[in-house]
Amino acid sequence: MKTCKVLMPSGGVGSGIHKEAFERGLNMAPDVIAVDGGSTDSGPYYLGTGEGKYAREALKNDLRIMVNGAHKLGIPVMVGSCGTCGSDYGVNLCADIVEEIFKKDGFRMKIAKIFTQQDPKTLKEKWKQGKIHPLEGAPEITEKTFDECSTIVAVAGIEPFVKALREGAQIVLCGRATDTADIAALPIMMGCNEAAAWHAGKTIECGGVCLTSQHFSSVMAEIDEEGFKVYPTIADPDVKATPYTISAHMLYENANPYQLTEPSGTFDTSQAVYTQIDDRSVYVKGTTFTHAKQYTMKLEGSGPVGYQTVSIVGIADKGVCADPETWMNNLTQDAVSKLNKYGFSPEDYSFDLKPYGYNAVTGAKPKKGMPPPREIGLMLIVTANTQELANQISKVWNPLLLHFPVYEGGLMPSFAFPFSPAHIEKGKIFEFKLYHVVDLDDPLELCRIEYVD
Amino acid sequence: MATLGELAKYIRSKGAGPFWVTIDIFCEDEKSYEMIKNSNNISAGYISETYNVPEENVKTFYLDNLRVVKFSYPRPKIQGSKYENDMHSGQQYVLIADADV
Repeated sequence: MKTCKVLMPSGGVGSGIHKEAFERGLNMAPDVIAVDGGSTDSGPYYLGTGEGKYAREALKNDLRIMVNGAHKLGIPVMVGSCGTCGSDYGVNLCADIVEEIFKKDGFRMKIAKIFTQQDPKTLKEKWKQGKIHPLEGAPEITEKTFDECSTIVAVAGIEPFVKALREGAQIVLCGRATDTADIAALPIMMGCNEAAAWHAGKTIECGGVCLTSQHFSSVMAEIDEEGFKVYPTIADPDVKATPYTISAHMLYENANPYQLTEPSGTFDTSQAVYTQIDDRSVYVKGTTFTHAKQYTMKLEGSGPVGYQTVSIVGIADKGVCADPETWMNNLTQDAVSKLNKYGFSPEDYSFDLKPYGYNAVTGAKPKKGMPPPREIGLMLIVTANTQELANQISKVWNPLLLHFPVYEGGLMPSFAFPFSPAHIEKGKIFEFKLYHVVDLDDPLELCRIEYVD
Repeated sequence: MATLGELAKYIRSKGAGPFWVTIDIFCEDEKSYEMIKNSNNISAGYISETYNVPEENVKTFYLDNLRVVKFSYPRPKIQGSKYENDMHSGQQYVLIADADV
């Protein structure tokens, strides 16, 4: 029976590895170490700039542990979505770090760099050919949208990982990939059950989050020809995989709790059977995989939409706290009329007030009978096409944020600024612009692979 | 009358990609699960009203084996847009936790 053991060191490269759990995992003879490096969860800035979320030293720490472990056992390392957003910059950054590790630790392994960042020209061609389609909930786009993105990545499936492995790569550093692809690639290549490999991928992609105690433990998935077994590698006997924790993990960050679509098809867990086979391990079988008629890659794109300036003022005044909304409405009216008077056109800027301590997080009106907040941290955010304009508009607001009276004709209060100057330049801001898929006849068409021997 | 937050074992909200939010309501036992599942108030209509999304876009799942009620809805504003108030949507569950079952 073909079996492939995939060791997942942690939920993400750069988030830290529990060393003892990882070492124990290595002693269980894994066939591959796989980890996901990215996500869109932290917002459009990272993709828009191509930069990563984690500190370089944190990436280096995790990559060193993984690369050394793989070298010791002679097994490959697979990293998906290098540098958070999976840009070319992220792939090159991880490759540079791995080179530093080789140099310092005195060995080397063959690296594959898989680039999935896209030229807008290529995608505009696909758009004209009708090969780009919206996913449910996608914004409306036009051909111009591709040029408005500063970075676009295509989300890879297992195919480029498999190609790199076949060509002898030992450290596979991929741009944007599905969270599961780095895990599913080797077992599928070896002929293990395809549905089980994908389902195992989704199960362990967040590391220990699929266990009873959401430790930063390493997790092992053992995929065979029928299903997969999953268990923690940490010594602590209280950390377990149970049918409940494993099946419940399909819910996590997933709009549909039974199905997940990959570039080559969709796996479905609605008929899966989860069995506790020993104290800490669960065996899963019955997952199905339906190959799609058309191979697709998801596109993620983010582009600049202006500049922001932020001001924060602290308010403990009982009059304002008793009715923050009336005060904020009056304040806004006054600010807008001043801005009009000074000749700022409302089309050139926008703003938002966020009263932290009142309802900035949910935007909902407090339930009746709730006591007034003791303090409010009021944040003014101004957006404009240039930083200078955003600053100037913030400066018009400034004396009002400081002194706006609680009621008309009332005494002049002074509210609490924490900084001088009272405003902070937030710089360029970005928004996600694509939630689409592109039809491809060749799964590797949008991937470029470079090898470093 | 109990609120959802009092009846459920654990409620979480989280982004499911930049364009969707998903809310998972976990129940300790069959009784509370059935009460929540059969509640007229805890429904796609409530999600629609509370989170400002069209009701027909709200997806509802009842996972009997796990005793979980799950709602998924498209974000009214794309994640990380200019005036985002919750990047990971991790605090949005609080509004539904206050609902009467």
